[in-house]
Amino acid sequence: MIFKGNVFRFGDDVNTDEIIPARYMNTSDPASLAEHCMEDADPEFVKKKKEGDIIVAGENFGCGSSREHAPIAIKAAGISCVIAKSFARIFYRNAINIGLAILTAPEAVDHLKTGDKVEVDAAKGEISKSGQTATYRSDIFPEFIKKIIKSGGLMEYAAKKN
Amino acid sequence: MGYNITEKILLAHAVGVKSIKPGDFIMAKVDFCFGNDITAPIAIQEFRKLKRKKVFHKDRIALIPDHFLPAKDMKSANQAKELKDFAREFGITNYFEVGRMGVEHALLPERGLLLPGDIIIGADSHTCTHGALGAFATGVGSTDLAYVMAFGECWFKVPETIKLVFKGKPRKWVGGKDLILHAIGDLGVSGARYKALEISGDALQNLSMDERFSMCNMAIEAGAKSGIIEPDKETERYMKAAIKRYKPQRKSYKIFKSDKDAVYSDVREYDISKLQPVVAEPHLPSNTKPVHELKDVKVDQVVIGSCTNGRISDLKKAAAILKNRKIAPGIRLVIIPATQDIYKEAMKEGYAETFIKAGGVFCTPSCGPCLGGHMGILAEGEVALATTNRNFVGRMGHPKSFIYLANPAVAAASAITGKITHPSDL
Repeated sequence: MIFKGNVFRFGDDVNTDEIIPARYMNTSDPASLAEHCMEDADPEFVKKKKEGDIIVAGENFGCGSSREHAPIAIKAAGISCVIAKSFARIFYRNAINIGLAILTAPEAVDHLKTGDKVEVDAAKGEISKSGQTATYRSDIFPEFIKKIIKSGGLMEYAAKKN
Repeated sequence: MGYNITEKILLAHAVGVKSIKPGDFIMAKVDFCFGNDITAPIAIQEFRKLKRKKVFHKDRIALIPDHFLPAKDMKSANQAKELKDFAREFGITNYFEVGRMGVEHALLPERGLLLPGDIIIGADSHTCTHGALGAFATGVGSTDLAYVMAFGECWFKVPETIKLVFKGKPRKWVGGKDLILHAIGDLGVSGARYKALEISGDALQNLSMDERFSMCNMAIEAGAKSGIIEPDKETERYMKAAIKRYKPQRKSYKIFKSDKDAVYSDVREYDISKLQPVVAEPHLPSNTKPVHELKDVKVDQVVIGSCTNGRISDLKKAAAILKNRKIAPGIRLVIIPATQDIYKEAMKEGYAETFIKAGGVFCTPSCGPCLGGHMGILAEGEVALATTNRNFVGRMGHPKSFIYLANPAVAAASAITGKITHPSDL
């Protein structure tokens, strides 16, 4: 899968309360959640982002609560993938389970800033800045997780298993 | 090379493998799973996609409407109703209606539904609380819960384990909350990411199950997958009492302990004999300081409750300080017992009357303001001191409000003076 988009750069320890505040979690409707995506980290984010844009963050992205509403809000907001130095454990599982592309790529994160245009080959684990030849590598998923991703998510994997 | 307690529990539940090591991916049988009014609706929607007629075990699933209940608005009421309808349709026995409900991580162990040696999955990050029983308990998202409800299994990456050794006798006013905040201050909010935290040391001999639940509860705040404590006499006492009182279906359990030659990725020792009550400043639980170092921090609201510190011994500590005293003018004190039985006991013991006479409010069980749900949301610029577990930006209300985390005694003392206060300074 190839993603092209503008970078929105965030720092370390972006937590799920910032990604989707609990005050909006009286619904699980993806479109409603998308309206408040990243609101407490950047109130203007929803207005600025365009379809296909990419969130780039530091260490421990998605720490805090187990709310699946967080990756759902990001996916429904049209964000094509999240690149971070590392992901919090539950967010990592949730993103894989719902089919939001995530890449662990510390070197890329160090070289990307808000407004950069990037191209991501998620299958190959390659990230490059538009107009530059340098390519950054992301970690490769373990085989077990690749099976879930290939199925399109955990429930789709389960349906096959059935 | 031996196994630690986490590895032993995972191996005992793993499907089709004879040995495990950190980093392995395994499918494991799950003994008990649960979700709440925020996470379960998505799990139910995902479960329905599989078009299955049965859940894996109708007595091994709990649905607990605790976050926005009693329903704070229509949408929350609809979410709670999804749990109730699903529980009826699939004959799920452990559904808890308002009035019998409590905060999930206090309610489930209180009723003896979770046992030492279990693998416990909850669609809530604070599921790690139950490691205090000597179980492997970890938080997952809604889709993972749906999978467990259908198949009774879950995939795991076997974690590395960090061993925390707490040595010494805690001083007066110091409890499990202070020990774990101290450790989080040391580890940082991602210091234990993907790892199990095995909590040990002679200091635990002086800590009741309530204190131990508080400690394992906050393992996630260091990024950990789970917190776990080896069962001992106190664990056995707690289980015996819970089983006698509530007669859960499952009564026998297996006790696992770490081998002497078990492997840890890191071992950290803390001499807690001189530790003072600890406060975490905004906006991370790792921003810890001894309470004495906070000078003149005025607060608008004090919250005592939550899955971290809403148990009866927490209320007892707060009541001992608030007895025959009044809270400072202009301060709001919100006290929320974590379960209905804790509520009843607080009434019986006179704590509820103490809180109300002091000028506080004594609420029905709910997660309430901890996650900015209801019953005490902060306005712009307001400052709260809470016995809860997270002080992230906007967690309890306005994105420009401020949360300090502390133990119940510090919370009660601070309500009296109107600023963050060491109980011994009253």
